[in-house]
Amino acid sequence: MKRALCRRPGQFWDKDQRPKTKDQIVMKLLREILFPLIAVVAAFIVGGIVVLIIGDSPIQTYRLLIGSAFSWPDGIGYTLFYATPLIFTGLAVAVAFRCGLLNIGAEGQLYIGAFATAWVGIKLAGTSAWILLPLCCAVAIAAGAIWGGIPGLLKARFGSHEVINTIMLNFIAVALVSYFTQYHYKAPGDPILQTTTIGTTAHIARLGKFIPGLPERIPLNLAFIFAIIACAFVYILLWKTKWGYEIRATGANPSAAEYGGISIRKQIILAMAISGGLAGMVGINEVLGYRYRYYDGFSANYGFVGIAVALLGRNHPVGVFLAALLFAILLRGGIFVDAYTVHVSKDIVDMLQGIVIVFVAAEAAFRGPIKKFGLMRRAKV
Amino acid sequence: MIELRNITKRFGDVLANDRVSFTVGPGTIHAIIGENGAGKSTAMRIAYGFYTSDDGEILIDGQAREIRTPHDAIALGVGMVHQHFMLVEPMTVAENIVLGAEPGSAISLDLREAADEIRKLSDEFKLFVDPNATIESLSVGQQQRVELLKALYRHAQLLILDEPTAVLTPQEVEEFFAILRRMREQGKTIVIITHKLSEVLAISDNVTVMRDGRVVGDLKTPATNAAELARLMVGREVLLRVEKPDAKAGAAILGARDLSIVGRDGSKRVDGVSFEVRAGEIVGIAGVEGNGQTELIEALAGLIPGSHMSGEITFQGRDITRLDARKRKELGIAHVPEDRHRRGLLLDFSLAENTILGVHYRKPAVSSNGVLLDERGIQRRAEQVIRDFDVRPPNPMLPARSLSGGNQQKLIIGREFELPPKLLLVSQPTRGVDIGAIEFIHRKIVAMRDGGCAVLLVSAELEEVTALADRLLVIHKGQIVGEVDPKVATSEEIGLMMTGGKRS
Repeated sequence: MKRALCRRPGQFWDKDQRPKTKDQIVMKLLREILFPLIAVVAAFIVGGIVVLIIGDSPIQTYRLLIGSAFSWPDGIGYTLFYATPLIFTGLAVAVAFRCGLLNIGAEGQLYIGAFATAWVGIKLAGTSAWILLPLCCAVAIAAGAIWGGIPGLLKARFGSHEVINTIMLNFIAVALVSYFTQYHYKAPGDPILQTTTIGTTAHIARLGKFIPGLPERIPLNLAFIFAIIACAFVYILLWKTKWGYEIRATGANPSAAEYGGISIRKQIILAMAISGGLAGMVGINEVLGYRYRYYDGFSANYGFVGIAVALLGRNHPVGVFLAALLFAILLRGGIFVDAYTVHVSKDIVDMLQGIVIVFVAAEAAFRGPIKKFGLMRRAKV
Repeated sequence: MIELRNITKRFGDVLANDRVSFTVGPGTIHAIIGENGAGKSTAMRIAYGFYTSDDGEILIDGQAREIRTPHDAIALGVGMVHQHFMLVEPMTVAENIVLGAEPGSAISLDLREAADEIRKLSDEFKLFVDPNATIESLSVGQQQRVELLKALYRHAQLLILDEPTAVLTPQEVEEFFAILRRMREQGKTIVIITHKLSEVLAISDNVTVMRDGRVVGDLKTPATNAAELARLMVGREVLLRVEKPDAKAGAAILGARDLSIVGRDGSKRVDGVSFEVRAGEIVGIAGVEGNGQTELIEALAGLIPGSHMSGEITFQGRDITRLDARKRKELGIAHVPEDRHRRGLLLDFSLAENTILGVHYRKPAVSSNGVLLDERGIQRRAEQVIRDFDVRPPNPMLPARSLSGGNQQKLIIGREFELPPKLLLVSQPTRGVDIGAIEFIHRKIVAMRDGGCAVLLVSAELEEVTALADRLLVIHKGQIVGEVDPKVATSEEIGLMMTGGKRS
């Protein structure tokens, strides 16, 4: 649209109208990028003070926390691997949010997706990779979509709140997959709560296979590429298709959407199913690319961290990608902070995440003072 | 009582108030009129301490005063009632009124004395407000009186009312004006901000007209008239009367037979209504708000679930009772909803995105593959709506929220007229819209009729329906109580029917 605006200068818009538009674009970008950035910086400052009080050097702690993510190949490899599930869950929460829904159930959806893909991988072991691989991926997405679609359906049909239902379905999902793992799909005598392995034809390649210098022991796999594709998919879906228009219109103003001939019920079910499908894709990374089996309780709260990722990423795929990277850096760095500092533990990661979220949520509170300092006005020029 | 001298206020690049000066005499009702964005609310918010002016001074009783916060203003006897009420719904009237000025000590709240005082004030001005009622149990009109009491309780001598009648029904407006007159008799001074000419003429002693942040006229109300005020407000001659040739009604387009609608709470909203609208005519529906007009229009537009209604709706002879909103739009039924913020617009979406609401799934909004949005098609459509309907500022990338009410309305009307419709359902087309835009919208509706479109018009402004309609149906308690010829019927006659009295 911006291009179309510039193509016809002076024809339709007055000359003095156009720079105003540019200002507005700059302002919008600023708001989208600057405020989350400020939240992150502010969180690090507060975190630094806490570290200081505990008795360690903030600079050294942060060097460990962030620096350790950038070493090659381990740092970068693991960071991207950690980022992969967070991108999926962040996107999942973002899509639901754009439809005005809060999906707290990504955690349950990803467990269901992971178990389902493992189940197919076990049952159909030996089938040609050309069939089994796409099938396993599709099953992960479909299972997550169904699990996400249920609360969508309940909301559309009975008006019951999706927050309650997704939370409840989390408990059910966790119990269900534990039960099946324990009593039906565990290798006999295995003390660990995990299933037997999936067929080798269901494995997806680790990126080390394609990238020189990246050893294959690092579990970063093709699912990371899928995550990038998923970002593009979500962007195109939401902003470039009629379906995305309907989802966003429903989220922005359900009454007006209804007036525009959009079935709100359909949008709610659709958005929750897409959201669940994205969460289910975590199973591709975990099962098909990393452990090659379902390992019970594998998720380090990816579903819940996804809410934070979406929030910090302003429910935009690009933002979600960047926020997931940041949280992955912290996850990775936390291990080193634990090992190499005297007093600070890796809990600082949780604390930083928490503070970031508080600051993002409190955006409005510090938007005022910034305006006062004239930062906005200068940025506008 | 209060005098503004050279008040100047900038918001960024916008000069909201440019050397605004006027004086409000004690014991008078002083109207400030101007179109949306003329700076009238800004000036009064400065007087109330909501904003501080960049330049200029405020004199109260002849003395220059510094008003930095509403607190200062209240201490000086200035009170303000906002367009949107600031009341806590589940709390009682008395609790709301004392809020911020609670009597008693920190640990004990003595409401009894406050309630007595409120009752005394209520009696004095005949407000009929029970201090012990909860806010949520009150009508909008009563809530407004609570806001008045809030100011009176704080011993306000000067009351600033921002668009006080916007939320009231015609009957409530009459009552409200009676209260204002009583307050004037008791020596209070009242400043009323409005953009409705008829109200200015009905209630005020003096009037200050503002345009583009400046005072363009300071008049005594008895010495002026609507045409002069309109000209000052808009800056050019304005046609206050709608000029239209006689209707050339054609074939029946819309038919409603025995239509009944039940509300969400189970009460009957529309009760066995039958009528038809023919091509090339405007049928007006007059009635006090809340008598079923909202539900009737929504049902015709396909926005009321079938389980809540009975009867039959036909369009060009075809039964469309079971068609949803989208299908009806495809047949050529356009709908300008009464509440543009709730129904009509996606406020956070751009103007361009708003111009495709309802047609977003087909050409020209969608490219030939049927899935991807066609951004150039959308852009062209947006440009067309913006140009044909004079939406300002003419920038399709702005969010709809940033437009004034009049321009938002023009955007909606433009979108719906672009459909193009065979039947137009229009509800409150000019509510909260300034005069210049009202004239424009009325002309467009008449032009649509002359192009052969059937128009069904609902408006709370009796003047508007009588001026526009070729036939007028009067609705009362969900029933059509009669049909009149708007050229012949007097407003008293219609008014009587609107309140349930049968025509003699």
